[in-house]
Amino acid sequence: MKSLSILAATLAFSTVLGGAALAQTNLTMWYHGAGSTVERDLINGIITDFNDSQADWKVSLQEFPQAAYNDSVVAAAVAGNLPDIIDVDGPVMPNWAWAGYMQPLQLSEGALDGFLPGAIGKYDGKVYSVGLWDAAVAMYARKSTLEKFDIRVPTLEEPWTREEFDGILETLKASGEFEYPLNLGMADQGEWYPYAFAPFLWSFGGDLVDRTSYETAEGALNGEPAVEFGEWWQSLFTNDYVPGTSQDMADHETGFIDGDYALQWNGNWVAVKTLDALGDDVLFLPAPDFGNGPKIGGASWQFGVAATSEHPDGASAFIEFALQPKYLAAFSDGIGLIPATAEAAALTKNYAPGGALESFYALSEQQAMLRPVTPGYVFEALEFRKALSDIANGADVVDALDAATDAINADIARNNNYAVAR
Amino acid sequence: MRPNRSKSLQSNTLAGWLMSGPALLLITLFLIVPFLLAFWFSFTNQRLISPNPTQFVGTANFEQLLGVGALVLEPETTADGGLVVSDSGELSYPRVREFTRNNPDFQHLNGMREWFGWDWGNAKVLVLARDLVFIKALTNTLFFVAVVAPLQSLIALLLALMINQKLRGINVFRTIYFMPVVVSIVVVSLLWRFIYDGRSGLLNNLLQFLSFGHFQPVDWLGNPDTAMWAIIVMSIWQAVGFHMVIWLAGLQNIPLTLYEAADIEGASNWQKFRFVTWPGLRNTAVLILVVITMQAFALFSQIDVMTNGGPLDSTQTLVFQAVQRGYEQQNIAGGSAISVLLFLMVLTISLVQRYLTRER
Repeated sequence: MKSLSILAATLAFSTVLGGAALAQTNLTMWYHGAGSTVERDLINGIITDFNDSQADWKVSLQEFPQAAYNDSVVAAAVAGNLPDIIDVDGPVMPNWAWAGYMQPLQLSEGALDGFLPGAIGKYDGKVYSVGLWDAAVAMYARKSTLEKFDIRVPTLEEPWTREEFDGILETLKASGEFEYPLNLGMADQGEWYPYAFAPFLWSFGGDLVDRTSYETAEGALNGEPAVEFGEWWQSLFTNDYVPGTSQDMADHETGFIDGDYALQWNGNWVAVKTLDALGDDVLFLPAPDFGNGPKIGGASWQFGVAATSEHPDGASAFIEFALQPKYLAAFSDGIGLIPATAEAAALTKNYAPGGALESFYALSEQQAMLRPVTPGYVFEALEFRKALSDIANGADVVDALDAATDAINADIARNNNYAVAR
Repeated sequence: MRPNRSKSLQSNTLAGWLMSGPALLLITLFLIVPFLLAFWFSFTNQRLISPNPTQFVGTANFEQLLGVGALVLEPETTADGGLVVSDSGELSYPRVREFTRNNPDFQHLNGMREWFGWDWGNAKVLVLARDLVFIKALTNTLFFVAVVAPLQSLIALLLALMINQKLRGINVFRTIYFMPVVVSIVVVSLLWRFIYDGRSGLLNNLLQFLSFGHFQPVDWLGNPDTAMWAIIVMSIWQAVGFHMVIWLAGLQNIPLTLYEAADIEGASNWQKFRFVTWPGLRNTAVLILVVITMQAFALFSQIDVMTNGGPLDSTQTLVFQAVQRGYEQQNIAGGSAISVLLFLMVLTISLVQRYLTRER
């Protein structure tokens, strides 16, 4: 009996003690970058600084591998287990906001002044998420290769045209010096497909969905420009210009640096690594123009607050804290992302005027276009990816695009046209 | 005394319920309740995440999955009624999409896609499916089961017969054959993806070495003709050890006296197998056939890791589609409908197998 009461007293005492030490309210945060030690160090740095900077909130981090992140969030949302702060891929945000799993941010006036438009996640007129960075995709090339085959270096004002680009691929293929002239990253079968390849479709004049109503894909995804895009897309694979859907992830990651691929369509997050390996021989070129201007995708991962969070003020406070230029610059230096403000850009190694990646800033500013801002995007992206894979593997172009169109329209109808719940 | 004791044991129902309680609770929670939910969801438009309320939609989900139609395509004719013939002597046909997309005369075919077809004189008869991906998943799964169930049980039996000998170090072989079963299927799938790699995979290298360089490398998982077979071979390799052990247990249950009697009668090895071993394995065979069939219907992890259903839907399977629709596409109702259909199929096949292999 005596030992029991001692135990009880000890328990009570330790609870009081623990309570005193934990005056800060706990906030949980999920992040998609498990496996990347650079990202973990950066985000942990922000969290430590934030926890030390004030006495109200204490953020703790949980990381997920990117491929499983969206599914984990959706499953947790259904089970009611969402953390306070989540990070969300820009185009997915409207889906989560529409479903009622995110709430608008509570940022102070002017907190987002000077941010790149791609870094601000707006849906239904409210800001739900904000990114510390934006991303851009560019055509990686070697100066030496272009000179050797007498290929013009394209500029933002004068990008490669379709005929020029096809000719370049043919030249490079005929040279026999490369396993493939171009690496599109077909191994990366996630959001990469719509993010990297939908801009080609846009440049041809098509789209994933009719953006005036967001209620049908008919004509946008299976109209004449889209079919023309599909046929061009298929020709890349029938001509053996690019590796197909069964490309190995390792080849995708090292192929360009190793010289197996002459060109590479890739994001700026591998720019630092490539620069380290190839030095100033590497060029980051703008997207080819297929008729409707050169395009790349905008919006990357952003931070938001879960609707179920009991402390949205604390969560917003953390996000606002993270928006300081020094953190924007740190992320940029660490993984080569484009800092979301010009002020932060000036602090970085690569994006400061004269920096090695300065060209990405202009790409993002001049060519970036958002993926369809609609809750239905999540489904549209899946169907687009399937259509692209099937066409690459030899499916009939028109049938594949028709199938995607029908599936998207059926999904929109099933969801009551994705009307905003009032 | 004796009948009394057994009676008291049988009548003590409380103890029985208490002992089976934990298992019953878990089975109810994780099998029966989800199944009933899936059954209910399959008649609604339940979404994974949505602000819209769930509505009862009757059998719409099943009609969507199982809808098929037929279309006869007549060859195109010129204005004067002659057939349009291309330079290579082929007839030309209108595109299927002219009938299946917003054609008021063919409302019942709206949104359908070509599944398969054949020539009928000059005309073409086409069978269309409303949900072609599901239909492909269905046929692929049935094909997988039809190949794997007999092949895997046969190989497992051969292995069991081989390792049922009293040799020195036979346990080493037992361990080697059983090892893949212990390794996680996800790890095995990842490893086999490297083996099947079309560029520098182990399998291609091996075949090239054995053929002195005459073998042209094949992209095993990237080719619609080979992808399913690649999955089949890998699946059998992974699971065969487990069924080998069950066969082995069955083999070791056959009394040695029967073999001794057969020896005295002068039976040959084949006769011993045919009249002693095989009848003795009857119950084991039924068990193995039912278990493999059910496991084969549940094909998922290999697909998820290795092919994602591609290329060109050649490795779509029912469970993979159920998960894809339920989670990725956020369409719980569609995924549930597939699960219910799968349940009905497995149930039917198991009952038929039980009937065919019943004690006569």
